Amino acid sequence: MLKIKDLYAGLEGKDILQGINLEVKAGEVHAIMGPNGSGKSTLASVVAGKEEYEVSRGYITFENQDISELDPEERAHKGIFLSFQYPVEIPGVSVTNFIKTAINETRKAKGKEDMPASEMLKMIKEKADMLEIDRKFLSRSLNEGFSGGEKKRNEIFQMAMLEPKLAILDETDSGLDIDALKVVANGVNKLKSKDNAVLVITHYQRLLDYIVPDFVHVLMNGKIVKSGTKELAYELEEKGYDWIKEELV
Amino acid sequence: MSFKDKLLSSYIALEDYLEFDSPLHDVRNNAIKIFEEKGFPTKKEEAWKYTSLNSLLKPDYSVYSNKERNVELKNVRKYFLHEIDTYKLVFVDGVYNSFLSETTHDSLDVCLMSSALNKSKYKPVIEAYFNKVAKSDSLTALNTAFTKEGAYIHIPAHKEVEKPIEIINFSTGNEAAMFLQPRNLIVVGENAHVQIIERHQSLSSNEVLTNSVTEIFAEKRAYVDYYKIQNDEATASLIDNTYISQERDTVCRVHTFAFGGNLVRNNLNFYQKGEHCDSTLKGITILEGKQHVDHNTLVHHIAPNCESHQDYKGLFAESSIGVFNGKIIVEKDAQKTDAFQQNNNILIDDKATINAKPQLEIFADDVKCSHGCTIGQFDEDALFYLRSRGIGLKESRALLMYAFANTVLESVKIPELKVRINKLIANKIGVSLGFEL
Repeated sequence: MLKIKDLYAGLEGKDILQGINLEVKAGEVHAIMGPNGSGKSTLASVVAGKEEYEVSRGYITFENQDISELDPEERAHKGIFLSFQYPVEIPGVSVTNFIKTAINETRKAKGKEDMPASEMLKMIKEKADMLEIDRKFLSRSLNEGFSGGEKKRNEIFQMAMLEPKLAILDETDSGLDIDALKVVANGVNKLKSKDNAVLVITHYQRLLDYIVPDFVHVLMNGKIVKSGTKELAYELEEKGYDWIKEELV
Repeated sequence: MSFKDKLLSSYIALEDYLEFDSPLHDVRNNAIKIFEEKGFPTKKEEAWKYTSLNSLLKPDYSVYSNKERNVELKNVRKYFLHEIDTYKLVFVDGVYNSFLSETTHDSLDVCLMSSALNKSKYKPVIEAYFNKVAKSDSLTALNTAFTKEGAYIHIPAHKEVEKPIEIINFSTGNEAAMFLQPRNLIVVGENAHVQIIERHQSLSSNEVLTNSVTEIFAEKRAYVDYYKIQNDEATASLIDNTYISQERDTVCRVHTFAFGGNLVRNNLNFYQKGEHCDSTLKGITILEGKQHVDHNTLVHHIAPNCESHQDYKGLFAESSIGVFNGKIIVEKDAQKTDAFQQNNNILIDDKATINAKPQLEIFADDVKCSHGCTIGQFDEDALFYLRSRGIGLKESRALLMYAFANTVLESVKIPELKVRINKLIANKIGVSLGFEL
């Protein structure tokens, strides 16, 4: 589904990502772990198409199509979703109106009619229930005054509504207490199928107890330096990242 | 002949028809003298540094229109807040139109300045209030000298007006260029409540210049909620001079929505004369092309324990120009004043300009005054967030513009008006989203 080949990318001519190779197939869950400043969030932003990042070498394909030059909205229309570490506040636009706009803009891009209002309402209700989201919450302004946990839950709600093929969760566990973490992880697991994939970006192993990865990759200095199975995550939790650095030397 | 000379000779002709023995005649004569002395303001004056009237003074304006003016309701209905019942004072080329208006004398007066000036029963009110808060700058004086028609609204004490009052000034374009000078007097009695919507609308692409003066008097505990909708044609210019006198415990709010017109200058002046006054001045300005809008606000804190809140948001596209000049004066006796001023601007294109100038003159020592002024561009992170959800660049920008303006919009108290303004904004920023903006 997603193939990243020898990817170098960064800001203002300075590459943060230094030759990433990664393949994510449908039905898989991958975790990217790594210390602060290793390039985890950059990788997420580059895949989602943030314009300020420049790809200097390599390419990204999604379902066998090169997406390196596509706008963020075009990538979203193809089924890539990024759950933000710091979701942006949009006063005056309710959660419901925002998600309606996102869904219908995506449908429009695919040449489809707007989703009928009744179907939309039914879907909103269903997904909100699944994530234990209160109805009142949906009429609040998007992310405005939301707690850290509410913001993350709202991100997963958007993911549930947009039904992406590839969901990238960027530090979704930060700012969540254990109960909220379980609800969010549970939501992600329910959305999981053999046709979609999840890329979890995290600093800690904690989230991976609930969203169990098939593969774990360690990112350091813009490179994937080690890959393994979920056991690697436990090892990192226990021993930190220094031993990998030593191994590399 | 310069426009100034033309106006001065028109005044001499006007004098023949005037009430010679009325005290108003002296007021007019004094006013025309001020105008004759000062003339139109130029960029040399500090308050007009960023706005030039030069190009506006060139056309050969008709000062009075004698031509047939036929305005059909079906053509102008969209300019009224027709979803709800309202009182209406409609003027066409400066002349009252009874067909389109809905006035009243039933427990309150919503009628015409011309009748208030001529009928003896209004004499005490005119003598007590007319030209009593208006400044004697040249443009206000010019309007005062020529005072003829406009809205006269008198709300007696304890009256809560049950529906909004609309003041609408149409210009038909029957004259090649038209100069209009509406004069409004609004007196809101003790503990009375009123909501007013004011609009100037040109119905053609002929040039129009309006020099409007509105005086508002809020007696103690009165509540005045005033909305100015400025969405005129690109050939229409407006100089709006509004003066609000607040007695103790009054709440006065003015929202200005500046979306259209060629050049607009808003001189908005609040005078807090009694304790515990609350003044709100808010505005959304969205401009494009070569539009120029200048907000010149004054909040004069004269009495202690008062508050003022200013929040102006501006979005400037193409080569449009915005000016915000916000002055707050806190007099020595105005202790415990709480004055707040905020002015945020987004420049959408490289050629757009904003001149922002907050001015605080504080003579009291125990006050809370703050101001914030920002000029920026769209937040790239916010744009990326919206686009990553599948929303296109144009629509994402529109959502951000809407979010930016929202602090002003959310305090609009008439729901139907809010919907209208949402639509105007959506129209102005050229998007149609899945929900109503």
